[in-house]
Parts: sequence; structure tokens; C-alpha cells
Amino acid sequence: MIKLRRFLYDYKKEVIIGPLCKLFEAVLELLVPLVMANIIDVGINELHDPSYVWRMGALMVLLAALGLSSALFCQYFASKASQGAGTKIRRALFEYINSLSHAELDRLGTPSLITRITNDTNQVQQNIAMCIRLLTRAPFIVAGSLVMAMTINLKLSLIFFAAALLIGLTLYFVMSRSVPIFTLIQKKLDRIGVISRENLEGNRVIRAFSRQKEECGRIDAATEELARTAIRVNALSALLSPVTSAVTNFAIIAIVWFGAVNVSAGSMQTGEIVALVSYMTQILLAMVVVANLVILMTKGSASAARINEVFETKPSVVEKNHEDITVKENSAKIEFKNVSFSYGDGDDELSGISFEIGRGQTVGIIGGTGSGKSTLVNLIPRFYDATDGAVLVDGVDVRDYPFALLRGQIGIVPQQNVLFSGSIRENLKWQDPDCSDEDIIKALKIAQAYEFVSKLPEGIDSRVEQGGKNFSGGQRQRLCIARAIVSKPGILILDDSFSALDFATDAALRKALRENTEGMTVLIVTQRCSTVMDADKILVISDGVLEGAGTHEELFAGCGAYREICLSQLKETEAVR
Amino acid sequence: MKKKTSAGKILRRLRPYTGLLLLALLCAVASVTLTLLIPVLIGRAIDNIIAKGRVDFEAVARILGYIGISVVGMAVSQWLMNQLINIISYKTVRDLRRDIFRKLNSVPLSYIDTHPHGDLISRVINDVDAVGDGLTQTFLQLFSGIVTIVGTLVFMLTIDWRIAIAVVVLTPMSLFVAGFIGKLTHRRFTEQQLLQGDISSYVEEHVGNQRIVKAFSYEKRAFEEFEKYNERLYTVGFKAQFAGALANPTTRFVNACVYAAVGIIGALTVISGGLSIGGLSCFLTYANQYTKPFNEVTGVLTQFQTALAAAQRVVEVLDEQDEADPGSGVIPDCGGNVRIENVSFSYSPDKPLIENFSLEVKSGSHVAVVGPTGCGKTTLINLLMRFYDVNEGRILLDGVDIRTIPRDELRKNYGMVLQDSWLFCGTIMENLRYGNENASDEEIIAAAKSAHAHSFIRKMPKGYQTMISEGGGNLSQGQKQLLCIARAMLTDPKVLILDEATSSIDTLTESRVQRAFAKMMKGRTSFVVAHRLSTIRESDVILVMREGNIVEQGTHEELLDKKGFYYELYNSQFSG
Repeated sequence: MIKLRRFLYDYKKEVIIGPLCKLFEAVLELLVPLVMANIIDVGINELHDPSYVWRMGALMVLLAALGLSSALFCQYFASKASQGAGTKIRRALFEYINSLSHAELDRLGTPSLITRITNDTNQVQQNIAMCIRLLTRAPFIVAGSLVMAMTINLKLSLIFFAAALLIGLTLYFVMSRSVPIFTLIQKKLDRIGVISRENLEGNRVIRAFSRQKEECGRIDAATEELARTAIRVNALSALLSPVTSAVTNFAIIAIVWFGAVNVSAGSMQTGEIVALVSYMTQILLAMVVVANLVILMTKGSASAARINEVFETKPSVVEKNHEDITVKENSAKIEFKNVSFSYGDGDDELSGISFEIGRGQTVGIIGGTGSGKSTLVNLIPRFYDATDGAVLVDGVDVRDYPFALLRGQIGIVPQQNVLFSGSIRENLKWQDPDCSDEDIIKALKIAQAYEFVSKLPEGIDSRVEQGGKNFSGGQRQRLCIARAIVSKPGILILDDSFSALDFATDAALRKALRENTEGMTVLIVTQRCSTVMDADKILVISDGVLEGAGTHEELFAGCGAYREICLSQLKETEAVR
Repeated sequence: MKKKTSAGKILRRLRPYTGLLLLALLCAVASVTLTLLIPVLIGRAIDNIIAKGRVDFEAVARILGYIGISVVGMAVSQWLMNQLINIISYKTVRDLRRDIFRKLNSVPLSYIDTHPHGDLISRVINDVDAVGDGLTQTFLQLFSGIVTIVGTLVFMLTIDWRIAIAVVVLTPMSLFVAGFIGKLTHRRFTEQQLLQGDISSYVEEHVGNQRIVKAFSYEKRAFEEFEKYNERLYTVGFKAQFAGALANPTTRFVNACVYAAVGIIGALTVISGGLSIGGLSCFLTYANQYTKPFNEVTGVLTQFQTALAAAQRVVEVLDEQDEADPGSGVIPDCGGNVRIENVSFSYSPDKPLIENFSLEVKSGSHVAVVGPTGCGKTTLINLLMRFYDVNEGRILLDGVDIRTIPRDELRKNYGMVLQDSWLFCGTIMENLRYGNENASDEEIIAAAKSAHAHSFIRKMPKGYQTMISEGGGNLSQGQKQLLCIARAMLTDPKVLILDEATSSIDTLTESRVQRAFAKMMKGRTSFVVAHRLSTIRESDVILVMREGNIVEQGTHEELLDKKGFYYELYNSQFSG
């Protein structure tokens, strides 16, 4: 929690004045029983004066009104500071997550990052408001009541100290035992969420295997466990309020008894007993607030820790801000120099890969499942950095480029065909916000998407739902291709981007690409050899090693791995041409 | 009206706990009565302490003794009440979750296909919690609140009816103020809730797809857009928070006024001799106690509203019709003869999909289904598995209409691998054993070997005991598909259904896996849906589908000779 305090720096005024207002209100509140004691001891017992009673009554209303206004000020400051800090945290998180690279995103996991921006930040925000509003008030009321009690009767105030101590111990006992169980409950609830999600996502499989009964067994066990734990922890927290109220009431009994002794001896007045009793009641109420606050704070600090974890994650791919990049015109467009790569501590995904791709060439990258094809292309836009060796674009190490300059010239069609909510036009403007409708339509035509887009009632203004769910897999894929080529990038990377297309569309698309991508360097990652047969160069990757590079004819004749792949898909006659 | 019935339906679920509930109510009455009695006793004790030398110690001691007993009684009954309510509420929550879960496993698949999963999960988790909190906790708070109000009123009336009436007249003011503020805040909170939803989905989209955001250097624009939502949330959130925070101080103010009024009227009555000082002290306590439940009740009412809304969402799911499964037919020893007779089907009436479709598949043949996206290939699988039932016509398995066979019985005969490879959180071993509880470790390893999954499983940190994370995030798509294939192989099915099951597997591994399948499925029927023509070349019969109908059928060679749609499809891969 403390680590997040920097988000409150702009709200110093609010954070200081807010609790002060609250303190002022608490002071006023503490005065009320004193006034009441005066009414009884002076107004009734001594003066028998109704006008004095009226005056004191008016004073009480005045105190209340003052209390109200200072409370309102406090609420105002609390709302402002907490919402402001929450907004700043969300902004900082979002911005920071944008700066993290793929390796960190993989590790933290996107669903968890999403909860951190939304739920966890809300939790912290609420905590800040609570702290400003209550954190000073409750202890102050307790302390103030104690002081007031001491001014009334020093000896009797010892009872207050004893009671406060007892209540404090109870609080500590219950909290220290229940807080860990609360975290456990959250985990068990997560488990129910996981089982439910699995059942919805995998419903076809579960039904196909007729496993409904077993699944119900799983949820029965999980819900039973949750109910048990929840009942166990609540048996503890259910103690809190009866014990505190019992302790205070016993304290009141003691006050009345010793008060009686004092009054009898003449060292005290009856009204003072009444005042002491009401201070005791106030302590009780304040203690209950403290208890709730402590629960809230533990939850909040868990969230704060999750937020901090994000801020403490250092991006592994760091942008260097070289202003002057001297592009070498006569160098290869893309060059891999002895590149190796591994994700963390595992085996090498890629090892010792070297090749060159000339300007305007079309290159196919082919290989088995998990051979490292996608990893290889991910190194070009620096989604990951090579562990060894260097990747060069236009003769310059990709690590020397500013991100925008490097990624701005690369169009990528990722494996997952994700579109964003908005219109088709908005989606296609992702790379270049200033591109014209003609550019968009041309890109759609090349991607073989114009036909179905133009049939939509609203054409390129048609709505795209989140993730592009309202389009079929093949349509989504074509729109993603259009999105990548609309700004005519220098390098186009197609990462298994034809898998959802039937062969006819696949072929038409490749033809259109070839005709319209003059000067564009195109990398096609695929498992279909028919897709790469016509490429200027084919790279064959197997278990992270470059098995061969060359044209179809060269490889078919000289590279066993490639020949095998081809023959698993085509007949010899088809492959030889 | 609808709200009430759903609350009623939920309340009916409390029936098994009626005894506990009554006991809890009894405890509530006891604890409230004792809580109210204590100030009276304290007041009486104080009345016996008048001034120097005028203290009746015997009476004070006796009364304090009573107080002590009452305090113990109160504490015990309060704890018992809390505990009982906890038990009732958590057990109800547990029951509700189980019921919804069972319901989700028995509704027609179309329900799950057409409802957003996030929403359904939120019903299982959040809404059920809200119902649990709301309907039991608020029920009790409401009850004890009312008991407190009535009890206080009675006690006050017995002490002095004039002051009592003053209190009664004044307190509803706080109710009024709270109600007013409640209305004010409700609108802002709804607005805030809506914006929260917007910001969540924006974050989900753009953080969830960071890779693409990065690829297109979209970070800055995403951030700017996010800022717009964020700024708006700040304005609305600030207003909502402030408005919500108004309720507490203002009602406190009203209460303070009531307290002052009681003090004034009480003191005046004491001066005129109508009330003792102890009586006044006790009155002051009541004035506080009487107003508190009003504040609580107003707070509780909003919570109750939320609970009702949640209850409605829960009941909505529970009221869904179960999938009808009247059949009692059995297929003693399935031969795998599939006959489809004049079947028509569509997901929605206005978009006809499969119309008047007929097909005969002899036992032991390997059928491949090809065709462009959206032509109805997967739908055909859905119908065979009875994930959906036909609108017209019928499907026969070994001459028996599959609608007369209970779904579980029917599906036992099938082995299925789908395009979306689904695995659950658990070890690889557990996942593979999913379709066949009795499979031995050796059998599982053998199946993994034939599915060509053994080698990568062995390379994983804990081999077959490696945990698969949620959604199988630590595996590639192709690896997941291989595991699903191994899982299906273990069930030893009579009919095999592969729906794009190998789409992410490289062609070499695929052809090896296919050989394993061919060995296993010798003499049994299989259906294979695929895009890749290489996947299906060896099939006995290839069905070429287009717009919900079979346009051609035959072997690979026959279809090529025909020079029809299949020929076009096949050759298009070389025309590029």
C-alpha cells in the first residue's frame, strides 16, 4: 500500500485536510456528552432552569450542524483524492503494461493484468477513501473518549483502559486468525470460477464423453469446501461484535458501581456517570468501525501488492532512443546472424540461425508443429530479443531502432485473428490513422475480403464486435490480412495466416498479393507446401534449426526434411511440376 | 412482479433450513430484547445513585447483577444468531451454485452456445453471492431492525409517552433524508457501473491483445482512448462517491438533532418532575438506538434491491428448460451404420442451413467432409452427436432413430476430437484419462505414443504429471490437439468424429497420427472434417458440401475425374 503513495502526491491538500475535517467532527462529537452532562448536573440538579436547558440544547444542534459541514468537506476531499489516485493508478498501469514485452505478458498472464487494472485498482481506491474518512476518526474517538473519561474521573478511566485493552486483544485475536482464511476463501471461490469456465468452454467435450456426473461431483466438492471454510471463518468473526459489546457492557457495570461509590463519597456527580456511560458506548461503536476497517485494509493491501508486482516487472525488450539510424540501402532487407533464442530457462527454441532476405523477395517459412517458425518471425519486430546473435533490418540491428520506426514498417498478420470492436474502417486504420477509403478498399480487395464486406448493409462502416465474433474465422483472417497491408508496409509477415481459408481463396489471395506488393518483402509462415512453392526462397525449420534454404526445386531435390513435408501433402507429380 | 416471484423461488430454497431459521429469529428477538433491557437497567441503577450519602448500594448491586446476566444472555444469543445465519446463508449459496451448475450441464447446448460465458460465470459466482448476502443477511438485519424499533418504542412508551412521541415524530426524518440521497446516488452509481463495464471491456480488448497492439505500434492511441474512458470514469466516479458519502453524515446530523431534542424535552420534563435522571439517561440511549436501525434499514433496502436483481438472474438460469431426453433405446453392440434421412436443420428459423439432406454411411467406412467455411460441416457433426436435434427428418444409428437413445448412451459409441482443443486444469495424465476412467498408466502412455504426444510430454518438467494451466496456456495449439487425440483414442470408440482435429498439427505428424487412427479404426466408421485436402485424400468417400448440401461425393480419384467443385477446390492450391 505504502509503495503506491506516489499516486497521492498530487492530492496532498486533500489527504491532509480531509482527515483534519474528520477530526474536527470527532471533537465536536465528543463534546456532546459533556453538554448533556451539563444539562443534567447544572440545568436540572443545580439551577432547575429551563432556559439553560434550551441554551444547551441549541448548542448541541449547533455542534451537530458544524459536524455535518466538516464531515461533508471531508467526504469531498476523500472522494476527490481517492478517485483521482485511482484514475492515476489505472492510467499508469495501462501505460506500463503497454511498455512490457511479450515475455512479461506471458508470465503475468493477461486475465490477471485485466483484473489488476479494474478490480484491484477499485479496491485500492476504496481503501484510500476509507482511510481518509475513518482511519483517523475511529482511533481518535477512542483516544478522545479515554481523555474525556480521564478529565471526568481519573480513577474510573482505568476501567476504560482495561476495556479498550480487552477489545483490542479480541480484535487482534479474531483478525490474526481470520485474515489468512479470507485469502483461502478467495482462492476457493476462484476454483469454482475455474470449474464453471471449464464446463462452459468444454461443454461439448464433457457431453461427448458423458462426464456430466463427474463434473457435478467436482463442483459439489468445491462448493462444499468453500461453504465449510466460510462457516469456519465466520464463526470467528461472529465472535467480534458479541464479545466487544459484552466487554463494554461489563465496563459500564463497573463504571456504575464505582461511580456509585464515588457519588456516595461525594467525589462525583450523577451526570458524570451518565457521561462516562455514553463515552463507553462511543468507544464500542468506534471499535466496531476499526474492526471492519482492518478487514478492508487487508483486502486492499493484497490488491496493492498485485498492482506493485506489475510496476516492479521490468520489460525485457527495452527501447533505445537513437535519433540517427543510418539505413544501409544496399544491404539485405532482413538478415539473421547466427541467432539463438530461448524462452527463459528452457532449451533453445532457435539455435544458430543465419540467412538473408533480399528487398522485395517473398520468403516461405515451413516446418513442423513447435519447430520455432513463429518464434523466428517474432524476433523481427522485436516482440522478443534474440538471446544470441543479431537480427538486422536494412543493415541495422533491430535493437537500435526506436519501436515506432521498426514496427511502423512491418505489417503483421498474427496467428490469432483478432479484430477490435469498432467499425471495419476503424480496424483497418490501425497501422495508419490517415489512410484514405481508397487505400482501405484496395487492401480489402487484395485480401479477398471486399466481396463479403461490400455485401454488408453498411459496407466498411459495419460494426465489428469484440474480437470480431460476428465474422467467421475465414472472414476474420482476411480482414486481419487487409489490416496489415493497408499502409503498404516494407515488410509483411503472414504467420500461418491462411489456415482458415479454403484452397481457392488461399490461391487467389497469394496471386493478388504478388501482383500488388511490388517492393514489399513478404514472409509467409505456413504448413502448406503449396502455399510456398512459388516463393523466391523457402526456409525449412526443424526443431529450431535451419534445415535448408532455397527454392522449391532446390530443396525438393536436396533437402530431405522438405521433401518429406511435401510428399505428406502432395503427390510426387504435383510436387515436381 | 417478476422480481417478487424470483425472490419467492429463492426463498423456497431455504425450506430445508426452516428450523435453523426459526431458531435464528428467536435468537434475534432475545438479543434485541436484552439489548434494549440493558439501558433501562442502567437507568434504574443510576436512579439509585442520587447524591452524596444517598446511594442505595444494595439496589445498585442487585440491578447490576441483572445487567450482568442480561449482557451474557445478549452476547450468547447474538453469537448464536450470527452463526446460524452464516450456516444458512453459506449452505444456500452452496446449494444454489450446485443447482446452477447442474442446470448448465443439462440445458440444450444451444443455450451455452448463445450465452456469453463470462456472464454465466458471473451468475454462478457474483450473483449467487449477492443472493446469499442479500436474502439471508438483510432478511435478518431487517427483522432485528424492526424488532429493535418496535421494542424501543414499547420501552420508551412505558417510561414517558411524551418524549416517546417526540422521538417517533422526529426519526422518520432520517429515513426521508436517506431515501432522498439514495435516489440521488442510485443514478450516479448506475452510471458509474456502466462506465466500469466499458472500461473493463476496453482493457480486456487492448491488454488481452497486447501483441497486436504492439505489432501495429498502437500503444499511444490505445492509451489516449483509454484516457478518455478513464477521465470520464473519474468525473462520474467522483460524483457517485461523493453523493454516496453524503448519506452517512446527513443521517448522523438528523440523529444528533433527535438526540438534542430528547435531551431538551427530557430535561424539561425532569425539571417539571415528570421523569427521573436515570429515566432520561436511558431515554438518551434509546434515542440513539431507535434511530440506528432506520439508517441500517435504508442501507439494507438498497442491498436487498441488489439481491433481488441478482436473484432474478439466478432464477433465469434455473428456469431454463432441460434438454428433453425421453429415449430409453439402446444399441447393444454398435456396428456404426449411419443413415441420415431427409434432414433439415437451422440454428435460427430465418437462416436455413441444411435442407433435405440424406446420406448413407456403411459400417467401417471412412468418410471425409470438405467444403468452404460455413457450408454446414460442423453442423453435421453437431447433429450426429445430438448436440443439437434435427428440425425435420431423422438420423439412424444401426437402424435406431438416435432421438430415442438417451444422449449418454448414444455418445458412448462416439469418440470425438474437436477443432477447439479443450483441456482442463489438471495433470496431463488426468486429462488423458478423462474419457476412460479405468485406463491404466500403460494404456495412457501407449495412446500418447500413437498420438505422437509422448515425446513432447516426456520433455515437459514433470512428464505426465505436469499440470496444464487454465485453458492449456503452457501448450501450443498443435500440442493440445495431439493430447485431445490421445484422449479420444483411449475411449476406443465405435464411431470416430474428427472436426478439424489436426488443423494446427504439421502435415508430417498429421499423416503419422492418421496412420495410427487408421489402424485403430479398422472396420469402424469415422467422420473427418477438414480444410486441408491432404488430410482426407485416403478416405473411402469424400462428401463435398456447399451451402448446407452435398454437391458431390466419391473417392479422391473419382472426384478429380469428375472435374467438378472438388476438382476446382483441389487444383486451386496450385494455381497461385
